[in-house]
Amino acid sequence: MTGFDLSGLLAFWAKRHDDILSLIGEHLLVVAIALLLATIVGVGVGLLVWNRPVGRSLAVTSAAVVLTIPSLALLAAMIPLFGLGWTPTLIGLTLYSLLPIIRNTVVGLREVSPAIMESAKGMGMSPPTVLLRIQLPMAWPVIVTGVRVAAQLTIGIAAIGAYVGGPGLGQMIFQGLSSLGSKNALNFALTGTLGVIVLALIVDGLFTIITKYTTSKGLRA
Amino acid sequence: MTDATTDTGSNRMLGGTATEKTIHTTTSITTVRNTSGAHIELRDVNKVYADQSVAAVENFSMNVEPGELIMFVGPSGCGKTTTMKMINRIIEPTSGTITIDGRDVLSLNPNELRRHIGYVIQQIGLFPHMSIAENIAVVPKLLGWSKEKTRNRVDELLSVVQLDPREFADRYPKQLSGGQQQRVGVARALAADPPVMLMDEPFGATDPITREKLQLEFLRLQESIGKTIIFVTHDFDEAVRLGDRIAVLSEKSKIEQFDTPENILASPANAYVASFIGRGAALKRLGLITVGDAELGRASDARGDASVDEGDSLRDALDLLMLTGLPAIAVTATGGRTVASISVAQVSAALGAGAAALDAPAAGERS
Repeated sequence: MTGFDLSGLLAFWAKRHDDILSLIGEHLLVVAIALLLATIVGVGVGLLVWNRPVGRSLAVTSAAVVLTIPSLALLAAMIPLFGLGWTPTLIGLTLYSLLPIIRNTVVGLREVSPAIMESAKGMGMSPPTVLLRIQLPMAWPVIVTGVRVAAQLTIGIAAIGAYVGGPGLGQMIFQGLSSLGSKNALNFALTGTLGVIVLALIVDGLFTIITKYTTSKGLRA
Repeated sequence: MTDATTDTGSNRMLGGTATEKTIHTTTSITTVRNTSGAHIELRDVNKVYADQSVAAVENFSMNVEPGELIMFVGPSGCGKTTTMKMINRIIEPTSGTITIDGRDVLSLNPNELRRHIGYVIQQIGLFPHMSIAENIAVVPKLLGWSKEKTRNRVDELLSVVQLDPREFADRYPKQLSGGQQQRVGVARALAADPPVMLMDEPFGATDPITREKLQLEFLRLQESIGKTIIFVTHDFDEAVRLGDRIAVLSEKSKIEQFDTPENILASPANAYVASFIGRGAALKRLGLITVGDAELGRASDARGDASVDEGDSLRDALDLLMLTGLPAIAVTATGGRTVASISVAQVSAALGAGAAALDAPAAGERS
């Protein structure tokens, strides 16, 4: 195994920056699509089950079970069903994102105080109106936090997606791992790993901004 | 007491077609004591919770005239809040009938019904994610009012509850003090000019000074809007200060006495009511009688510089008499001119005369 060589790494980046950027773009895209799907499904499920004890524990527990399956195993298990490439990665990431999103949606909707629920009802709002106009906006910061946790989770797991031919920085990491001993093996692995970390930090910052601009001024601390 | 606006109020209970009708009644807020209120009748109303063997409310019957401010007073857990909440069906009665202007509440769509009943609770329950203007606009929005009409109404109501619309409309609830939030709560309940208001200890969570201020403001407001109001409280002094009539309730929402504050203070129906009034009933009654209503002495009898206005209460007059130790003090009319004098004996006489005069109707009205 060759030792670390900074100038080598910089040269590697200069030579391959097009590849690196397109892999970062792919990585971001697959995470974004998975989060969008998971948010739609997760918030939808949350809205349906928040007030049903059986449905609620069923939804939260099954989402939690999915999260305990090692990512490599889950992705591999999907090859027979969906083949290689984007599809299994996308589905895997969506499944992993569901737990924080469903759980935070349920918690957020249930956190609205009885006094507010009663005054909404007393003013003549139907239960669906209360849910969409009072509870959902009030739960929104909690739900966005759930999506944010899911984002951190999936940016890491997406790297494993390369194992099933998925897109993103994982391809560099796996390429580096499979060519150990060669000149650029460490550079490949290091670039992929650093890319994932930097991406995670940027996305987290992005969520701070998203939370700020999608939350009512009246709810901000 | 009954005039055309009462009909308007009742028509709005129908819902859908009624929104147009509210346009001209919104102006009623500036007129003097109209009764935009509705008649409420509860007959043999019962509430038994499924998991309890004892009824929470048992055979409750009451007639409330349009524009009356009725106080429900009783200890916690006596069922007063439950009784009130059955009127807008936050709690469904087990049996009995409740009518508002002759219309059976239980036959109406509950959401439609609630849009025409103002509702204020102790915790206020302002929606934190909505601005003050948006909070007040909730019911008008549900009723499909135009944007302009809603905005005008919001500004009007904020002025009514003494909050400057330019300053407060775009603020959020957390930026307001408790007293200001409570005013917004009242404004929000009044938004669609409902004929009936239900208020559950609305001033209970505020400090004594703010509470008294809110009570006085509220009395002045009710003077001009004349809603039919059911007001729940456990504070007997608040009931005396605000109520047209007070219902003193015991376990299972049993009505121990239902009468004017004067009559209840002068002749409590039983030991339970007497214990609820507590000590100082005579002093509390003095607070309800104005100096002008008492038999006064000649202006020349007045001693010292101290004086009370004709509009002040006898309690104020007595307070001053005690403080100064004078045999009689001056009574002034508007403008400060001394027109008469008042002594302790005259204060005391007013109490006796008041009690005698009020005794007659009291017997008939008691439920």
